[in-house]
Amino acid sequence: MTMRLGLIVLLTCLASAGHGASTVDVLAFDSEQQERRYKALIDEFRCPKCLNTNLSGSDAPIAQDLRRSVYRLVREGQTDQQIRDFLQQRYGDFVLYKPPFAGRTAFIWLIPIGLLVLGVAVLAALQLRVRRQPEVALNEQDSERLSRLLADDD
Amino acid sequence: MIPELGHYSLVLAGCLALVTCVAGLAAAGQPKFQQLVLSTTVGQCAFCALAFIALVWSFTVDDFSVAYVANHSNSLLPWYYKVSATWGGHEGSFLLWIAIMSGWMLALSLRQQNYPAPLATRVLGVMALMNLGFICFALFTSNPFLRLIPMTPADGADLNPLLQDFGLIVHPPLLYVGYVGLAVPFAFAVAALLEGRVDAAWARWTKTWTNMAWAFLTLGITLGSWWAYYELGWGGWWFWDPVENASFMPWLAATALVHSLAVTDKRGAFKSWTLLLAIAAFSLSLLGAFIVRSGVLTSVHSFAVDPERGLYILLFLLAVVGGSLTLYALRAGRVAVHVAYGLLSREFFMLVNNVILVVSLAVVLWGTLAPIAYEAVTGAKISVGPPFFNAFYVPLGCALAAVLALLPPINWKRTDSGRIRPALIAGLGALLVAVLLWFVLDPASLTVAAAVAVAAWVVLSHVHDLFGRRNAFSRAYIGMSLAHVGFAVCIIGIAITSTQSIERDVRMVPQDQVELGDMNVTFLGVSAVNGPNYRAQQGTFVVANGDSTFSLRPEKRQYLAGGNVMTEAGIHAGLLGDTYIALGEPLDAAQGAWAVRLHYKPLVRWIWLGAVLMAFGGMFAVLDRRYRTLRIRRQASAMAAAST
Amino acid sequence: MTRLRLFVPLILFLVICAVGYVGFSLNDRHQLPSALLDKPFPEFDAVSLLNAERRVTKADLVGRPTLVNVWATWCPTCKSEHDELLRISAGTDIQLVGVNYKDDTNQAQNWLAQFGNPYDLVIVDADGALGVELGVYGAPETFLLDRSGRVVFKRVGDVNPRIWRDELQPRFAQLGVNIDPSLMNGL
Repeated sequence: MTMRLGLIVLLTCLASAGHGASTVDVLAFDSEQQERRYKALIDEFRCPKCLNTNLSGSDAPIAQDLRRSVYRLVREGQTDQQIRDFLQQRYGDFVLYKPPFAGRTAFIWLIPIGLLVLGVAVLAALQLRVRRQPEVALNEQDSERLSRLLADDD
Repeated sequence: MIPELGHYSLVLAGCLALVTCVAGLAAAGQPKFQQLVLSTTVGQCAFCALAFIALVWSFTVDDFSVAYVANHSNSLLPWYYKVSATWGGHEGSFLLWIAIMSGWMLALSLRQQNYPAPLATRVLGVMALMNLGFICFALFTSNPFLRLIPMTPADGADLNPLLQDFGLIVHPPLLYVGYVGLAVPFAFAVAALLEGRVDAAWARWTKTWTNMAWAFLTLGITLGSWWAYYELGWGGWWFWDPVENASFMPWLAATALVHSLAVTDKRGAFKSWTLLLAIAAFSLSLLGAFIVRSGVLTSVHSFAVDPERGLYILLFLLAVVGGSLTLYALRAGRVAVHVAYGLLSREFFMLVNNVILVVSLAVVLWGTLAPIAYEAVTGAKISVGPPFFNAFYVPLGCALAAVLALLPPINWKRTDSGRIRPALIAGLGALLVAVLLWFVLDPASLTVAAAVAVAAWVVLSHVHDLFGRRNAFSRAYIGMSLAHVGFAVCIIGIAITSTQSIERDVRMVPQDQVELGDMNVTFLGVSAVNGPNYRAQQGTFVVANGDSTFSLRPEKRQYLAGGNVMTEAGIHAGLLGDTYIALGEPLDAAQGAWAVRLHYKPLVRWIWLGAVLMAFGGMFAVLDRRYRTLRIRRQASAMAAAST
Repeated sequence: MTRLRLFVPLILFLVICAVGYVGFSLNDRHQLPSALLDKPFPEFDAVSLLNAERRVTKADLVGRPTLVNVWATWCPTCKSEHDELLRISAGTDIQLVGVNYKDDTNQAQNWLAQFGNPYDLVIVDADGALGVELGVYGAPETFLLDRSGRVVFKRVGDVNPRIWRDELQPRFAQLGVNIDPSLMNGL
């Protein structure tokens, strides 16, 4: 019981640490474009300590540190990809909300693409099948009902 | 005493559910048992309601000897939060789930005279079986009535401040009405499989209930999104969090089901597909419950983790969903019919719609479960988040909207290609708008322009259709058009707000002025205010926008019971855009300087407005006289009887 | 054929349940495996906590097996693992290096004076920059380095007798660290 209580309290703390009190950093940028890049990047990375929030939505100390690192790298003129690599090398794939389309994580992207293709294929196959098959003759009752249904409707 | 009564009522409700389910499934054909099922259903509902009221009572009188109350309430809470704290945690929210389930059963039993008695009895039997599972789950793994005696705490631990909000009062009940409502089409599908018969009448009955559940689910999700937006302090309205996905998946399945049912109703096609969707929609509700309540996925919204609960839900899922899918695999072949239709037919459009929705569903399901599968196989952790889902949802959403835009002039079965012309003209017009938009909105990418253009096309073609026709429309048709327009409005809101928002984080001392888009924001300072159970620092900002001026008062609250600090954003809502101000940290006490976050979010309300329009469309369609008048129903059931 | 196709949903569902079950039985849901494993310890340049004149670089960690422990006075778990670190420090000839993570220097010095200093060397990481290089997301975290400065093991959370027995002791033996017999079966 105590254990469970402890867990509840812990989770409540974590949840409120992750949310509801996100810190506001006042930062200076060289250009508006640089600021946009910074904001887009901190939206894209996951806070490693939190339950499920990105860097911009968390005020956990580690999220603040990482935001500062991203800020420094943006100011130093690193490209988006270089900054992604920087975080990935230190915290692993876990911090990337967008799994890299390469190596071990490529299948994350390939399967939904496969699903899209499958969807189109099913559609085509069904349409072909429907065309090939002659319409089933409706019995009198059915077709009467059908015409009534169609008539009282749109 | 009252909590024990509640506990006892829940046990009795479980016993009645057992009787209902045995009688309903084993002897659906016998009038005596049909009567029995009706009375036990009413009894079960009464006892579930009693159990729920007992828990609410324990909260309102601050009975901290009840463990669940002690963990989720506090004597300082205002009375309305005490009531809503009832569903602020795992045990109580599950009791709400049970109460709502029995409510749907009661609604069904009140309308049972409209259906053939054996069908109604079977449907109630299937639902009772599920409610029995839920009640057992509550009683054995998450009993909300457990007492803390003799270690009764003097005061409760307090409700998580995030949940002390109007959102908690309305969001979970509505969402659960939607989730659980999907049990009705599920039960109809299982009953149809048991009887081996799916006809137009069945589709029409099921459609009414599906529409209702779908509308509530839409409202529930919308409210959740709106709540997150104003309560969480970062202005987000959707994060593709596992728990959000858990509510989105049944919604996608239910949306596909609403459409597929229309085809089964009007044309007798897609029967076995409709059955599968009906089973899938509720199964995904249950899967969502598993995700939220087992802690299998890391989410900000999860309840406290308990492996025992997760295992129970998984076993329940296996039994219920595995059982019904086995039944489906064995029986669905019997109901299949072949109905011919051309490429330019509503049937085909519905098919495309269903394929898009199911692929969308599969993408969410995959994105939610892939991290677990990956970790199980490689031991490494990955995250799949917003960029992944957005990459697929932008094209899928646009494709779906394009199908909708073309729909109005399309007939059932086949359409003369000549009829499509007005739609094409409207489409060209929309494209023109797109190009213009692309030029006007500077940083917007092509996808935004495309999304807005397609959505505008949907609105135009539906409006053209509604006003251009001479004959009267059925309510169902108007409801459909409303829902489609709502979808388009929602897309416009999403596309604009996620690309055109302005966000500024600035340091401000009193009397500082900052530009936010066309607006001018003046900071007047921060003062201390006291709430019923918190102390707050309240900032005052005056926003001048052309001639109009309004003030915003964001707060930083510290709750007395738990010491939690919360940001309460100040929001000025407008149809064209929201101004959103959140207080950060004090930067310099001597000067009164604060870090402040300023947002302008254009058209953000359209997201929820569109969704509410969709839900309203769904409700409106239910009001269609053809779904209500007994005349048609009698004919249909006579037909059903004749066709066997 | 059609018959078989009707079983597809059931099979898909069973697969989903299997994934759910597996996910559910995975341990340590909140722990991240280190991205640094089997990689060289990053280069750094910092000052020593106990001697502000002394600069510490990666060269100080290379040459003999090293245990790097990230700690802070604000972290309660660090206090609870402190005795185990003292025991390891006393009973082996490993080089134990502390990283004082985002902490107040005075408080940290007092802490070591009060509870005992297990470390051969303590690095100051006041702003957490080295922590970011190490992929630290909370204290305490402990890294085991071989002679060449490569990370062979990482522990997130406290070093307790169980971790010592199951994880550290066998690896120490592999790296050729001398272990006092009193620590050999130390539970």
